[in-house]
Amino acid sequence: MKPLSLIGALLALSLLQACSLQPPKPWQKGMLARPEMTMGGDALEQRFDEHISASKQAASGGYGVGGGGCGCN
Amino acid sequence: MNTHRLGRALLAGLTGLLLAGSAQAAEVGKPAPDFTLAQKDGNSLSLTQLRGRVVYLDFWASWCAPCRQSFPFMNEMHAKYGKKGLRVVAINVDEQRSDAEQFLKQTPAQFTVLFDPAGKAPEQYKPDGMPTSYLIDEHGKVLMVHPSFKEADRAELERRIGEALAQGNPAP
Repeated sequence: MKPLSLIGALLALSLLQACSLQPPKPWQKGMLARPEMTMGGDALEQRFDEHISASKQAASGGYGVGGGGCGCN
Repeated sequence: MNTHRLGRALLAGLTGLLLAGSAQAAEVGKPAPDFTLAQKDGNSLSLTQLRGRVVYLDFWASWCAPCRQSFPFMNEMHAKYGKKGLRVVAINVDEQRSDAEQFLKQTPAQFTVLFDPAGKAPEQYKPDGMPTSYLIDEHGKVLMVHPSFKEADRAELERRIGEALAQGNPAP
């Protein structure tokens, strides 16, 4: 009886896999890279914010996917 | 006893299913996955057709900023090594063909461009980002995987291309 319930649980778990939301693949980010997909509307203001963030945090990036999501640029 | 055997068989099947989800990507030393894709003129080209030549394969998209920088480099490599056996092939992964066409208008390509709106080729190669380039030798084996493109990468990439050409001494 026990192995059967274990199998049942495993089967149920494997079915759950289909429910998970898959992040887009690196080559599927065309839609996300569009300017209207960025947070905030004003490009100039965003640039200003990024500059402050970069100088305070010594890190930049993560504002869009135009760089391709490869950690470059 | 029977349930045990059934259980083992089911478990094996489940593990198989889980593993099937993670098909392997193109790796150095492994054969490069084949693809057949359309060129700009509508004719199709497959990787097996390029056996005997060193292939510089690049995945790019119109929305990718570093790709714009990589095009002049690929044009240069095509001009310099095309006659020595190198074939530069750039696979576009844009879903909209018009996006790719507009990019090509601004950033002309003298090398071969293939269009893969369905993303079949990247599904096999699994690049970590855009752009990613692969150097494939004349036997169809992957020599190099290079994610991203920066101006500073030019010298190293050219060295690898030269090495690959010298190694195989492929037919012109």
